[in-house]
Formats: sequence, structure tokens, C-alpha cells
Amino acid sequence: MSTQVKFVQGNEACVEAALYAGLDFFAGYPITPSTEIAELLSRRLPMAGGKFIQMEDELASICAIIGASLTGHKVMTATSGPGFSLMQEALGYAIMAEIPCVIVDVQRGGPSTGIPTHGSQGDIMQARWGTHGDHAIIALTASNHQDVFAMTIEAFNMAETYRTPVILLFDEIVGHMREKLVLPEPGEMPLVERLRTSVQGGVNYHPYLPREDGRLPMSDFGGVHRYNVTGLYHDMWGFPSADPGVAHGLIRHLVDKIENRTNQLARYKEYFLEDAEIVMVSYGSAARSALHVVKNRRNRGERLGLLELQTLWPFPRDIVREKCAQAEAVLVVELNMGQVMQEVKKALDHPEKVFLANRIDGVFITPTDIRKILRLIQGKGV
Amino acid sequence: MERMRMVFTGSGGQGVITAAIILAEAAVIHEGLNATQSQAYGAAARGGSTRSDIIISDEEINFPKVIQPNMLVCLTQESYNSFAPIIRPGGLLLTDSRFVKQERKVDAWQVELPMYKAVMDEIGKPIVFNICMLGAVVALTELVQPDSIMAVLKKRIPSGFVEMNQKALDLGITMGAPHKR
Repeated sequence: MSTQVKFVQGNEACVEAALYAGLDFFAGYPITPSTEIAELLSRRLPMAGGKFIQMEDELASICAIIGASLTGHKVMTATSGPGFSLMQEALGYAIMAEIPCVIVDVQRGGPSTGIPTHGSQGDIMQARWGTHGDHAIIALTASNHQDVFAMTIEAFNMAETYRTPVILLFDEIVGHMREKLVLPEPGEMPLVERLRTSVQGGVNYHPYLPREDGRLPMSDFGGVHRYNVTGLYHDMWGFPSADPGVAHGLIRHLVDKIENRTNQLARYKEYFLEDAEIVMVSYGSAARSALHVVKNRRNRGERLGLLELQTLWPFPRDIVREKCAQAEAVLVVELNMGQVMQEVKKALDHPEKVFLANRIDGVFITPTDIRKILRLIQGKGV
Repeated sequence: MERMRMVFTGSGGQGVITAAIILAEAAVIHEGLNATQSQAYGAAARGGSTRSDIIISDEEINFPKVIQPNMLVCLTQESYNSFAPIIRPGGLLLTDSRFVKQERKVDAWQVELPMYKAVMDEIGKPIVFNICMLGAVVALTELVQPDSIMAVLKKRIPSGFVEMNQKALDLGITMGAPHKR
């Protein structure tokens, strides 16, 4: 066990984890409330032997990390809603070309420049469908700094394992709050390293020909193999193709490699669910308020429970369905107009028992806000 | 221990948020407690009112904001006027006598100390006003040891400034101690 205890912001916990995971290339354009990630990495990354580049904007930032990843680096960028909007085009490219990368979105109020210094969880659907075309995506979140650390490691591991962009959907409240972080020792948390091809130089390398286990070994671009990378539908050599069979196979592959592993990719925490009559479903900072209420009410004998989602995409519908099956009511707590609530409704047999406790005014949802909705659900009036 | 919910308020540049971070870090790193620290801020870097929330507890802290503080520090009249009404009845309210005129109607244990004046008279540098305030907070609450505050400071500031900060902390402790309830 490690004894290195730090007192840091959530953004710094993300930085510590990225360095622990082996990040060696970061390109970004600082934006509130994610700025500390770029600021800290501009100092720490060169000290760790990596490269930090401040780019001219967010479009360039994501393009830079995609290119660097292709040459063999572990890469990340960090932004907030407005910058994440600008990244959507190249995000689709990384999905299509199957290039591992980690994109941190420390959410603030939107749309547009919105409310920079206040928290929100309004980018959940943007993470899912912000880029065009049929695709799958992995998005993770966390409510405290130890979990920010763990989920950041998971993001790098999943990106490498499935050759895909992974989005970390943090928010201003967790990003800027300071609390305890215990740093694990090197080796204490498992890391997934790049799967590189065993094909020798001078021998044909097929960048998009899966192994038997479905994984695609990579070859560092600019190294011993010449190959094509494109955002167009492509064959196993990476060359553009309009063959319907190739097109169908590619889109199925891009979606299935993630959607078929929904349960395997599900990260979540549960509190007092065994006998809960009302189950709260929450995530990120909002889950802290929800847990506060659950613990207080448990002390008074009320049967409340909390399902805290850490994987938001692919949406863990089986888990949500199973954990909410016995509940008389389900209360989704989030800082938006019900983006996850809609997914919870879709997952359940009885969507009419799903309620929403939210705030969209830049103010962090309080236990009192949640209790007011609880009173309504419990038929106690306002 | 009883969970301590604190709010430090003042004007941008007074070091209110820095003081909050130092106190919370001292509790976590050197006292083995849990703490959260957060702040509300707008687009302005200086001026305007600032607020930082600190919770210190030996148990897990979930909701990190403070609705009703057990302890409130106000270093400007504006922040006193804004925040005095949120204090938990009977809570501890610390102000600086140069910047704040207290009102009797506030239901709190109000302590008014000439911290700014003492810093200017004894040290002559307003930059350590916030550390003097921390000294008073430590003396009044006994939440953390003064040594823990100094250990955090030594990590954050150049060695040439340690003595000045120690002096400011001691000044605050000396002023706060007689008022401890």
C-alpha cells in the first residue's frame, strides 16, 4: 500500500493518473474549468520525458493527439463543452480509423460558452452522439478524486484494448474541488500497453485485419510499415472502399466491439441497494449529493439506495435494469434536463416509475433539492 | 469529532482561498482527517467577493458545499453583509476589526480581532494577513495543530518567507486564544 497522500483538485487527480498510465503526449487548448490539466501537464509531462504542446485551438489539439497516438504514443487532450464541440469532427475520425486516445471534458454549463466557472453535466448526449454517423463510444465519469484517478487509468486501458477514443466526462465541481488522493505505487494498478504487430518490416502489414480474438495490432506510423489511414470506409489495408460488404462489416465491427461488451465495460458502485424501495441513479458530482441523502435517510430507517454509474457509454442498461428491478421508484439525480434519466427509462420495464432531481442553473444540486423531490415521490407533498 | 463546516469569505486578493486550501491540506496530510475545499468564483481575477467552503471531518465527506457554516470568516464588510445570515445559529463568526463592523442582531458567537492592524504593525506586509487569520482560526477551533499549518506552508513557499509566515500565524494564535470558548 502506498502512503503518498495528496490534497488536490480533481483535475490534478486526472493528471496524476494520466502520468501513472504512461501518458507521453498531450496537446490542448486551455479552457475553464479544465485549465489545470493543461497547466499541470505543461510542467509535469516534460519532466516525465513526454511532450506537451499548446495548440492554436481544439480542432488542432485533437488532431495532434490522434497523429501522435498513431506513431505509438499514449495521448490525451482536455477541454470543456465549447472545445469538445470543436473536437467532434476529428473524434469521428479517431473512431473510424480506430486510434486510441483519451479526451477529457470537464463539463460546464452550455450550450455555447454558457457559464464557464459553474458545473453542469450537460454533455452526456454530446459525448454519445456529438459526432455524426452510426458509431459506439466509451465514456466514463467519477464523483471523487480516488475514482477520477481510477477512471482515468481505465480510460487509457480501454482506449488501448479496443483501439478507440475514450471520453472522460468530469465536471467543474469535481474538477475544482480539493480532497484527498492516495497515489498507488507503480505496478499496483494494471496498465494496458499498446498491442503492436509482430509482422516484420518488409512483410505486408494489414492495419485493419483483426486477429482471431478480434483485436487489431498496431504498427507505429512512420516506422517499418507503410500503410494508409483514412476516415473513409476502408478495407483491411486501410484503403478507401465502397464495397457494400466492406462497409457493412466495418460499421458492424466499430459498433459491436463496444456495444457487445456493454456489461464488461460497465463500471459502477452501489450503496444500500439490497432492500431499497427507492433507488437513486446518479453519477459524477451529483452522486455526492445523492449519497449524502441516502446515508442520512438510512440512519432514519428509510430504505433508500444509490446506484452510481461510472460508465455512461455504452449505457449499462442490464445493470440498471437489474439494480432497479425491485424498486418502487427510481430517482435520477443529474445536472441537466434528464439526459441519463431518458436512458434509465429505456432500460426499465416501468418507465413511469422514473423521476428526475436536477439543477440546470449552475448551482450544485443540494441534498435539500433532492429531498424535495423525494417528498413528492413519497406522497408527502412539497 | 463533530463535522466542521466552514466558510471563508473576503475580497479577491486577500488570500481567503489560499488560507482555506492550507487549512484543509493540513487536516488531510498532517492530521489524518478528511477534508474538502471548494470555491465559488466568477470571471474576475481580483476584487469582487470570494468564498471558499471547507469541510473537515474524521468521516467520509460526500456533499462538499457548506449551506450553514459552524464557522464563518468575513474579511470585508460586503462579505459580512452577504454571508452573516447563513451562519448556523450560535456558530463562530470571525471578522477583522479594520474591515468589518459587526452587528448585534447576528445570532452567532462573534469574534472581532485587529488582525490586519497587528500584521501591519508587527510585520508590515499585508501579504500574510490571511496566515494571521488562519492562526486565529486554529486558536479558536483547535481543529489542527499550528505545526501542521507550518508544515504545509514550508512546502508551498520559498524558505525566505517561512519566518514571516510563522510570525503571522503566531500573531493570530496569540490574538485568538483568549477568545476561545
